[in-house]
Amino acid sequence: MADAVVTEPYPALAPAQLAARHGLRVAGARPGLVEYVRRLWDYRHFIVAFANARNIATFSSAKLGQLWHVLTPLTNAGVYFLIFGVILGTNKGIENFVGFLCAGIFIFGYTQQVVMAGTKAITDNMNLIRALQFPRASLPIAATITQLQQMLFAIAVLLGIVLVTGEPITLKWLTLIPLLLLQTLFNVGMAMLFARLGSKIMDLKQIVPFLLRTWLYASGVFFSLGKAIADAPHTVKVLLQLNPMVPFIELTREALLQDSGVPPESVTEMWLVAAGWAVVLGVGGFIYFWRGEKEYGRG
Amino acid sequence: MADKRIPTVIAEDVHITYRVHGAQNKDTSPLGALKRIVRRQPSGVVREVHAVKGVSFTAYEGEAIGLIGSNGSGKSTLLRAVAGVLPSNQGSIYTKGQPSLLGVNAALINDLSGERNAQLGCLAMGMTIEQSRQATPQIIDFSGINERGDFGSLPMRTYSSGMAARLKFAIAVAKRHEVLLIDEALATGDALFRRKSEERVRELRAEAGTVFLVSHSLSSIRDTCERVIWLESGVIKADGPTEDVVPEYEAFANKK
Repeated sequence: MADAVVTEPYPALAPAQLAARHGLRVAGARPGLVEYVRRLWDYRHFIVAFANARNIATFSSAKLGQLWHVLTPLTNAGVYFLIFGVILGTNKGIENFVGFLCAGIFIFGYTQQVVMAGTKAITDNMNLIRALQFPRASLPIAATITQLQQMLFAIAVLLGIVLVTGEPITLKWLTLIPLLLLQTLFNVGMAMLFARLGSKIMDLKQIVPFLLRTWLYASGVFFSLGKAIADAPHTVKVLLQLNPMVPFIELTREALLQDSGVPPESVTEMWLVAAGWAVVLGVGGFIYFWRGEKEYGRG
Repeated sequence: MADKRIPTVIAEDVHITYRVHGAQNKDTSPLGALKRIVRRQPSGVVREVHAVKGVSFTAYEGEAIGLIGSNGSGKSTLLRAVAGVLPSNQGSIYTKGQPSLLGVNAALINDLSGERNAQLGCLAMGMTIEQSRQATPQIIDFSGINERGDFGSLPMRTYSSGMAARLKFAIAVAKRHEVLLIDEALATGDALFRRKSEERVRELRAEAGTVFLVSHSLSSIRDTCERVIWLESGVIKADGPTEDVVPEYEAFANKK
């Protein structure tokens, strides 16, 4: 008797009507933007736990373990100092070249790592995406948080380096907090942008390192950009001023070093450029990512 | 009478295509890749797989439905579409609540301990942090991975495939689901765990959920499902009571 009912494959009503009557939703439908943000907020614990898990897993098999969070930025700074400070001697004209260099490397490194992690955020977690339904933006956000945690260690190392090289502690250090927040917002946007691009363009993983290296040299990490482009045409100067990494790096130097080489009259302008980029990418990247929400499982 | 039953999953003429990256070409040299670009041949690296071709069915509350068919017939793909993790290209799928997909491939982080994975899995299913903390010991307990010493605190990469599968199953059934999709999970693990998991599936059904089970083990389909959908090359070949469809499928499989 029960079997006779079970065998009936089609109900009398049209499927869509039947679904509506019983409150069924379309599987995997993309929610509205507000609803999406709300769901993402519900998943905040997952995002943080996932970011932590990634961080712990990174060094889980190394003998020194979590100590590498500090050792990595320290070694990084050492290598660059050896090449640019000792061997090539680029430090002409910059008083505290070690502090100057480390600020540039660490600030740029943060965005660099986020872009690389963001590019792989969808493709590397395909098993998770094809197994569970959750707001996919959790993945690039978690990737950013993983890097933010490493950045905090790097900042601590940076402050140590600055102190050791003879800079005083000033109130200006506090400006690092809003600066880091702006850069994090900027990075979240970058992570989402590259996550969606990377999920569609498989070859992006190969191209991104080169893009990042070009960006690195155009951001004045190893040299004082102001001096290098003194004789450059006007358009080049404007383009470099609009480079979002320049204000993030220069303002950090300005906050930490007595003689940072940053012209005081350009500080306000740099804050505006930094904030503008952070908002444009933070919001734009999020909307761009959200529009692709349904497609991430397809590969 | 049919109208009194509450539908939980409705699929209407569903087609699903997914992309496979890294498929092999005949000529894998850089020159071969260049030739294909110059001649404007499609790059063989990305291939589209049309896995499900026009499937319709309605599942009701309290049903356990077995999905059977040869390898590559589209069973797992169909489950993923019901779970909403793989979009359908055509047609639509309506579900009640958020179906939970439980597969042996539901990847967790291999470098983390079983306990941390259990907690992460709970959070990924949408539990709150307190709920996940409460559920974790129960999950470890149900999975039985601590029976041979303290494996719960060891990284998952040290687990045998059976232990990992048991843990994944335990995580997925930790939450009450309106629709539970099980992909071959019952086939893993030893006899004791199989009995435990079949019991848990029956409990979940009693809680008014619908269970879909993909399996090649016809005996576990017979034990747990009263309705069977038989898929072959992405098309439904039969949909009906287990005792009708399974013998039909067996006859088909033996003929081949």
